[in-house]
Amino acid sequence: MKNFILSTVATLALCGLLQLFLPWWIIAVVAGVVAFFVPQKPGFAFLSGFVAVFALWVTYAYLLSSANNHLLAEKVAVLMTDLTKNSIRMLHLITGLVGGLVAGFAALSGSLLVKLIK
Amino acid sequence: MQVYFDDRLVPHVFAKNDADLYFMQGYITAKYRLWQMEIQTHDAAGRLSEIAGEKTLEKDKLTRRIGMPWSAEAAEEYIKKDEFSRNLIEAYCKGVNAYIQQLSPKDYPFEYKLLNYEPEEWKPIKVALLLKNMANMLSVYEYDIENANFISKFGEAEYRKLYPDWVQDEEPIVPSGTPWVQPLSAKELSTSEHRTSLSAMAHITKPDEITGSNNWAVSGSKTKSGKPILCNDPHLKLSLPAIWYEMHLVSPNMNVYGATLPGSPAVISGFNDSIAWGVTNAGRDVRDWYTIQFKDDSRNEYQYNGQWVKSEKRIEKHYVRGKGVVEDEVIYTRFGPVVFDKNFGQASSTQNLAMKWTAHIPSNEFKTFYLFNCGKNYDDYIEALNHYTCPAQNFVFAARSGDIAIKEQGRFPIRNKATEQGKFLSQGNSAVDEWVDFIPNEANPTSKNPARGFVSSANQHPTDSTYPYYYPGVGVYENYRNRVINQLLADNNAIDADFMKKMQDNNFNLQAKEALPVMLSLLDSSKINSAFYPVLEQLRQWDCYNNPNSLAASFYEQWWTTLYDWLWDEMSDPLYPMKKPGAYMTLKTLQNDTASQFFDVKATRPKENIHDCVTLTFNLMVENLTAKYGSLESVPVWSLFKDTRVEHLSQQPALSALHVMNGGNRGIINATNSTHGPSWRMIVDFGDMKGYVVYPGGQSGNPGSAYYTNMVDTWAKGAYYTANFIKTPEEMGGKKLFSTTYKP
Repeated sequence: MKNFILSTVATLALCGLLQLFLPWWIIAVVAGVVAFFVPQKPGFAFLSGFVAVFALWVTYAYLLSSANNHLLAEKVAVLMTDLTKNSIRMLHLITGLVGGLVAGFAALSGSLLVKLIK
Repeated sequence: MQVYFDDRLVPHVFAKNDADLYFMQGYITAKYRLWQMEIQTHDAAGRLSEIAGEKTLEKDKLTRRIGMPWSAEAAEEYIKKDEFSRNLIEAYCKGVNAYIQQLSPKDYPFEYKLLNYEPEEWKPIKVALLLKNMANMLSVYEYDIENANFISKFGEAEYRKLYPDWVQDEEPIVPSGTPWVQPLSAKELSTSEHRTSLSAMAHITKPDEITGSNNWAVSGSKTKSGKPILCNDPHLKLSLPAIWYEMHLVSPNMNVYGATLPGSPAVISGFNDSIAWGVTNAGRDVRDWYTIQFKDDSRNEYQYNGQWVKSEKRIEKHYVRGKGVVEDEVIYTRFGPVVFDKNFGQASSTQNLAMKWTAHIPSNEFKTFYLFNCGKNYDDYIEALNHYTCPAQNFVFAARSGDIAIKEQGRFPIRNKATEQGKFLSQGNSAVDEWVDFIPNEANPTSKNPARGFVSSANQHPTDSTYPYYYPGVGVYENYRNRVINQLLADNNAIDADFMKKMQDNNFNLQAKEALPVMLSLLDSSKINSAFYPVLEQLRQWDCYNNPNSLAASFYEQWWTTLYDWLWDEMSDPLYPMKKPGAYMTLKTLQNDTASQFFDVKATRPKENIHDCVTLTFNLMVENLTAKYGSLESVPVWSLFKDTRVEHLSQQPALSALHVMNGGNRGIINATNSTHGPSWRMIVDFGDMKGYVVYPGGQSGNPGSAYYTNMVDTWAKGAYYTANFIKTPEEMGGKKLFSTTYKP
């Protein structure tokens, strides 16, 4: 449990920081590296990466979108799918889901890599 | 270079010279409207398929085949020779590119991300393309093929009845009695009468509802202040980002304010501290179609004056997204490009149709607008117009010093009246229908300081029939707005800006005022369902104003369009495109041609007469409305019925302004229908040197900006903003939102 919290917090903090300068896919690198160095069962590694970036991206998307009173988000929500229609919350959740899945699978790979080397 | 943005995000650019000024205009316009500028030039260049894929390929082919890029290239070459214009246009392009270059992909405007592509370098050819795009939008007023089709189907007598060159109830732009500049010498013109009879053939689809515009200026004799007031409202497709971008440009040579066209330097409709000007479309026929006969399938030669003449070929390469390169061979003749042939526009035809168009003539319209922007008086205005070719416009003018004027300017071919040259399909196998020369600029219709104290135009005939040059007047000219405008201006003295504001938003429907009593008198009330009587009562009581809350206006519009479609159903023939007569000739038919063959509906067995037509369409109107809205009581008032929308260029509803509530309609000064309307309203009062402006959009093209649609409601209400027409940045005071300094 300690390692789960550690890896989640580390992924979240590092991703949040590096994302400011580097392309979006840096989240995959960070989640993979963290999972490599903080030993966990593969399932927990996935969950940890997912939770970290999901939380980060939902929050960041919300902050960006509230900067202009969600003007653009409201339009994109209508534009995207019936699922997001009239719901910017759903749009933010989908944003988080995309980031979460990428980071989750990257963490899973990192953790499996440890096994492979051992 | 300093730019001050006011509380509506209007940039006020202060520069030390004109090159810097246009650099900054380019930079700022790109900053707020980059995607729009580029997609419009892609449209004009026939390159939409590079972004949208195969679904726009046919549209792109047509754009190339009517010679848009070809003529833009010629215009660019022509402008290059004028060092002065070239330098300023290049400065503008540099400004646009300076903005694009500092963008990284994450900064690209939203639409680039949505459609997944990147902006490209801005070049002078794009400025030329934009002006050609405007020319194309406003040159659709020819019906050569449609007229010929009508005659071949219904005969010449019917044609003369429904499509007269001149009609009774119209007040030409240049008041009758104004002396004309007579031709110096009679031009050699053929007098042989001929007309090509037709088989089904391709044509360019014309818009159902013709867009138009209003402009007028009153002299000091009719205003409260004793100084002229000028007004302009060009009606175009309502779009987001708006077609216009409002700007204030100050250099040692000029202090000019008004509407700019994103992608092109200078102000198009605006004012400076000495003069004001505005535009309406002339609608003159400046496009002719010629039938071409090729010697053989190679199409290397075509017949002309009994000889075989070499043709030129231009391969148009379409880079279609997701498909690769599609090549299209376009043949060029002495008349112009062959638009329709075996490769395009028709399934099984041997017809080859070449297009001749004044926009194909190299010209430098930028210079006209530059000279307006720094113009001081009437002479400057006339000199500026001498550089103007296409799209032909009625340029209204007012000077602070007191002059008012209007001039229809463009290059117009001298046409043969005997053969009504240009009204029908022309022969391309000889010189008989060829353009010989152009009407000299000084002979173009002009009115300066007329005795009535005002000048005006609303897409009506520019002249009465005494004008020494022939031009076709078929189905082109608007009959209603001009009379309402002239009546209001003639009846009122002590006019001020508030009067003009109300006037631009005037919803009086003269067409209904004239047609409704005729329709009601032709109605056979014994054949009307008694449940429909309340509708009849509504219409009888109606004041003929298409105000937002009028219910009768909804009923009238539905009845009129139902009747119109019923009456002219014979002309909805997909194989033989025809031009349906306008509202005015429709009314004349109801009044004077009561036994017309057109009252019968072809699809039904019984033979209907004029009373059946009017009565049955009344019943049909109520039945259709009841079906559409559930009950008669649920039929909405006019603003809801019309349901105006300002559509994003991608046509995505999410990015559009929907359900804009206002009045108006075609034929009304406030010419707003569901998709078109006054795209820019401007009033310039030289009494206190103030400008009042509004347009249905916002200064920012970014759908995520608070300034994307912030002016739409103001516009719908008929309200205005006062332009911050300042001389120095300091005068801006509390209106300043922020300022930026640009160091190249």
